[in-house]
Amino acid sequence: MSKLNLDNFQINECRKHSKAIAIDVQAFIDKHSTVSVERSVLRLLGIDGIDEFSVPISNKIVDNVVEKGDISLGISLYIANALHSTKLNLGDYIRKYIDEDLDITVYPHIEYSKVDPILKPYYEKHLKKIKNNKTKREEYQKVYATDNKTDLYVIVATGNIDEDVTQAIAAAKAGADIVAVIRSTGQSLLDFVPYGKTTEGFGGTFATQENFKIMRAALDKVSEEEKRYIKLVNYASGLCMPEIAAMGALERLDILLNDSMYGIIFRDINMKRTFVDQYFSRLINAYSGIIINTGEDNYLTTSDAITEAHTVLASQFINEAFAKKAHLPEELMGLGHAFEINPDIEDGFLLELSQAQMAREIFPNAPLKYMPPTKHINGNIFKAYQQNAMFNMVTTLTNQSIHLLGMMTEAIHTPFMSDRYLAIKNAKMIQNSMKSLGDEIQFKENGLIQQRAHKVLNEAEALLKQISKEGMFNSLAKGVFAETKRPIEGGKGLDGVFEKNEYYINVVSKRMEEFFNEN
Amino acid sequence: MKIKPYGDTLNDGKVQVSFTLPVEKSQKGVAAAKELAKTMGLIDPAVVHAESIENGYSFYVLYGSLVHSVDYSKIHVEEITTKALSRKEIEKLIAKEFDREIVFVGASTGTDAHTVGIDAIMNMKGYAGHYGLERYSGLDAHNLGSQVLNEEFVKKAIDMKADVLLVSQTVTQKDVHLKNLVELVELLEAEGLRDKIILIAGGARITHELAKELGYDAGFGPGSFAEDVATFAIEELIKRK
Repeated sequence: MSKLNLDNFQINECRKHSKAIAIDVQAFIDKHSTVSVERSVLRLLGIDGIDEFSVPISNKIVDNVVEKGDISLGISLYIANALHSTKLNLGDYIRKYIDEDLDITVYPHIEYSKVDPILKPYYEKHLKKIKNNKTKREEYQKVYATDNKTDLYVIVATGNIDEDVTQAIAAAKAGADIVAVIRSTGQSLLDFVPYGKTTEGFGGTFATQENFKIMRAALDKVSEEEKRYIKLVNYASGLCMPEIAAMGALERLDILLNDSMYGIIFRDINMKRTFVDQYFSRLINAYSGIIINTGEDNYLTTSDAITEAHTVLASQFINEAFAKKAHLPEELMGLGHAFEINPDIEDGFLLELSQAQMAREIFPNAPLKYMPPTKHINGNIFKAYQQNAMFNMVTTLTNQSIHLLGMMTEAIHTPFMSDRYLAIKNAKMIQNSMKSLGDEIQFKENGLIQQRAHKVLNEAEALLKQISKEGMFNSLAKGVFAETKRPIEGGKGLDGVFEKNEYYINVVSKRMEEFFNEN
Repeated sequence: MKIKPYGDTLNDGKVQVSFTLPVEKSQKGVAAAKELAKTMGLIDPAVVHAESIENGYSFYVLYGSLVHSVDYSKIHVEEITTKALSRKEIEKLIAKEFDREIVFVGASTGTDAHTVGIDAIMNMKGYAGHYGLERYSGLDAHNLGSQVLNEEFVKKAIDMKADVLLVSQTVTQKDVHLKNLVELVELLEAEGLRDKIILIAGGARITHELAKELGYDAGFGPGSFAEDVATFAIEELIKRK
């Protein structure tokens, strides 16, 4: 039942506009691929590891083809060519490729129809592993079923995976349901994924497949001890979106930060690169049952949370439309928003409540990701603790799904163990003490809270209409989100985008698309 | 004038401390917390709260009276005297005083791979709700990122016709940052550029006083935002016109 008396016709209009926006961009996506998409294909064929200069093999091979071959045909063809000519299996060929410093573009091209049969055993093996991971997650969630509507999410960010594990275990035991390992500063701008276990990072720990594995094993252990399935999060957004998605799928991550526009707006990554990458990355997420978390909350760290609230809603609609294109079900769409209104503003709490309830009503099946206050938090830890309490109340009243805990030491340092502990206790107390309050209250007809939601929805509809008219690319160039303008041909990573040849082949996305069309 | 922290009576020295110990919550843990407080210079410390954080860690809240005091009259700080303007005020000031964009070039120089500081000041998103310089109109901000060698940095400064150079140093182990900061000044002097450019250093261990000593125009430590840096630079440029 709607507490906000929202107009369903208007909500449908918003979805129509966002669908049109996504269809328009998807036409571009379908015609293009990127170096990171191709590297993900290699990873899902089972190519891992680095060479003597620490260059990932997947980068080495794709760069080889970019330089000497024709990447517009797809990396799948070149691998199949090599295996066909050398009669070696993939593992043996890769070893030889590295040891003898071979050039993968020298082999004669085989027929298009022969590519898939040659590569099938390799990708099937890894897709099967991903399916098994999905099943294992589902089993855990069945055994440790809970009627808990809100998962408490904490971050660890020590830079050292071993230390992260210690902190993650402590957090899980204190009541956290989700642990996110923050990445090292700047990793989103690396055009490769570092390799192996790492113990040195700044402001976070490098996202590597080995680090994923280490944390997953630790969290499985604590899940079994606590009889709760503890979800693991990492970050895909950046220049390696689909590769991180592939690695996350292989190591059973449960949630990946994966926004269709975050990289463009906040990391100045080229928009063509990001749109193509987000699609393949989300396709992998959908296949592996990984929840995506979108980054609308970030708009409010740069823009005003009151005047720009509609951009958050509009972006949620757009992220939803892109997610649908990548076959993600609503249950995997962790659309983002945030509690970022200045706490000194009169009735600010009511506006937050309105926005959170609105998101809940418009996206009833989505595991909404709700971000804590950060912008108006300074070194006054006592005030911050109170702000976080207000934030916790909104979540409890509106059943947000993925609740990022606010830290009283936000803006001071990455959380101490005690900061995290106190944050969990703060949220738990409110969840418990105010548990059924949301069910007990209704909002006044045409009161401040309802009116606010109607206003934001109106503005979001107008914005979506405008974007669908002008096109996504032009709208981003004009700076519709976070007041940040990004030129279509600007930003990082554009040189890694290429138009697909008419004989382009990507055996992995082909198989995944088939799977979704069958099911 | 000697001063101490103020609880409810002048110079009672009352302070609160909280911390975690890597041991289970126990009487022994409480006693350990108390001992630690004494070594911090707290007289008569009281552990007012002790709580288990699971998994072999415990959390303590303590109160005590600080034995130490400071002579306030002897405290000296080298401060940047300009009062920071708001972004809008800075933009207005640039529009009024200059008929061109002011070029800021920033980097984390030397071997320093950390961009957290320079990003906080320069990137669009800014930090703690303070927009970065990229967002300012009238200002052309280039963040060159990390591990920019001094030679390259100077070359870029010339190519981009920089008015202001921002150097971020996060890694301070073995004072590597001092050597690197001084080297940049020497390079700029050799190129005859030092006087033509506003040179600003920033970082967790940078103070204005230190930066001045090293030959910089200003230094910004923790808690500084884009508007602090921009205000100083723009006002300095106006002074030098």
